[in-house]
Amino acid sequence: MQKRVTILAGVAFLLCLAWVLPASGWLNPYLVMIFMYVGINMILTLSLNLVNGYLGEFSVGHAGFMAIGAYVSAILTVWVLPRPWAPWLFPLVLVAGGLVTALAGLVVAFPSFRTRGDYLAIVTLAFNMIVKSILENLEILGGPRGFLGMPRLTNLPWVVAWVLITLFLCRNLVYSNVGRGLMAIREDELAANLTSVDTRRLKIYAFLISAFFAGIAGGLFAHLLQFINPRSFSILKSTDMLVMVYLGGVGSLTGSLLGAAIFTLLLEALRPLGLWRWVVGPLLLILLMIFRPHGIMGFREAPWLRTVSREP
Amino acid sequence: MTPILEIKDLWHFFGGLCAVADFSLTVQPGDLFGLIGPNGAGKTTVFNLITGVFRISRGRIFFRGEDITDWRSPRIIAAGLARTFQNIRLFKDLSALDNVLLGASARHDYHLWDALFHTPRFQRVEQRWSKRAYELLARFNLTRYAATPARHLPYGDQRRLEIARALISAPSLLLLDEPAAGMNEAEATDLINLIRDLHREFSLTILLIEHQMRVVMNLCQQVTVLDFGETIAQGPPQEIQQHPRVLEAYLGREGNTSEQWPLSSNQ
Repeated sequence: MQKRVTILAGVAFLLCLAWVLPASGWLNPYLVMIFMYVGINMILTLSLNLVNGYLGEFSVGHAGFMAIGAYVSAILTVWVLPRPWAPWLFPLVLVAGGLVTALAGLVVAFPSFRTRGDYLAIVTLAFNMIVKSILENLEILGGPRGFLGMPRLTNLPWVVAWVLITLFLCRNLVYSNVGRGLMAIREDELAANLTSVDTRRLKIYAFLISAFFAGIAGGLFAHLLQFINPRSFSILKSTDMLVMVYLGGVGSLTGSLLGAAIFTLLLEALRPLGLWRWVVGPLLLILLMIFRPHGIMGFREAPWLRTVSREP
Repeated sequence: MTPILEIKDLWHFFGGLCAVADFSLTVQPGDLFGLIGPNGAGKTTVFNLITGVFRISRGRIFFRGEDITDWRSPRIIAAGLARTFQNIRLFKDLSALDNVLLGASARHDYHLWDALFHTPRFQRVEQRWSKRAYELLARFNLTRYAATPARHLPYGDQRRLEIARALISAPSLLLLDEPAAGMNEAEATDLINLIRDLHREFSLTILLIEHQMRVVMNLCQQVTVLDFGETIAQGPPQEIQQHPRVLEAYLGREGNTSEQWPLSSNQ
């Protein structure tokens, strides 16, 4: 009970902070922008970790999902909704983008019944490429030039709120029969089947939810940048997400948050190095993998995120 | 009385190799049934066929009168059948408690929605099963390992944890695949007593694969002997022990060994 009060207070405090800091001008717009990228990357990392960390598959096409969410929500605010309503309906727009993306998640979920490991990774890779080439060839969406005209609806409070929602739902999922089942599939799929874990249903859940949040992140991204083009959702983007997941640690929510924050901030901090940051950044990663192969928090969790298993 | 498990004319081939040939078996409720045979006789294949690991090409399997031949594994297990494995298959990085809870995965009757929001229904169901899981851990003297990853448990405890995982769903039929494998005399004796106790305590029906004669002779009321996929004998253990084809399968043919083993004729 006490824990719950503390957490609620923490959430309220964070939201206030996210609202007050940019408005008061204490934080310059550049830093606010970076914090928003950190938040969006946290959502992406949390969602990718469901598949790569908990289910134990290797999805390398997460940017494909992000693209679908970005384009669907952008179409909604630019073409469908009257401009004055857009700020009020923004959460619904994001959810709509997320839901469409979740449906696209099924495209990968069904092959995952029979295909595992490297082969499923190829399926996700192909998915990413297909999404990107479809977008490049849809002239109506601007083709390779991209899609623009979205109002700037993403702000720090929204990003913080969505990070918290994602964290809340992912954490609840992980500490449930569903999360246990996903980890059982990761450990030993045959044994999971033979202890009554409905592996097919759980795989569908994992891909649906993971894709949903990637779609939300895509929507936030589109309405932050106010311009999206298919190239922003290439394999390179997927690779960034993988790096954040494995840096923070697979199978860990805390790790996802840390990985996204560290990676995003590090790349910004190294900006003065110019081209050299693409040497220094990856080098740090290599060192981390040598000294901590499971990432910063691999398979471990901060105490405030864990549930205590009550012994009767 | 409907038999709890009825296998009719079951065949299975791996490529051209006949692993199970015309296998039939009837297990009545309350039986402690043994399935024995030398290595490679097809015992584990029979278990894999019963639990839906392999598709069945010929034959039918009925569980409590229902035809489960074409069901997928999770459905078969959820219907009240549980099994363990010859080489332990625990979820090694998950805690002992989680391992046991996973045995009741299909019995956690709440929806994705409840899991995402930890609704009162979720709390109720989780509490009920975690209580049951702790009871089972206590029954198997594993309470102190509740939070320990399964891989860190001693070998014998891992075997018993696997049985606990199988029992939490209150199955009506338990399939044990060589539960005494890799155990020494003393451990095997403890295990025999444990299985006998569980059989009574949980009013279970047990079908047991074993390779050590001693375990089967001490435990089972009925025994079926397999060799090269074929059923060579069936009956109570005392009769089986005397059966000439069983002795032959286990010890080799008596007498003219030189005919059986060309190598020995050189000696």
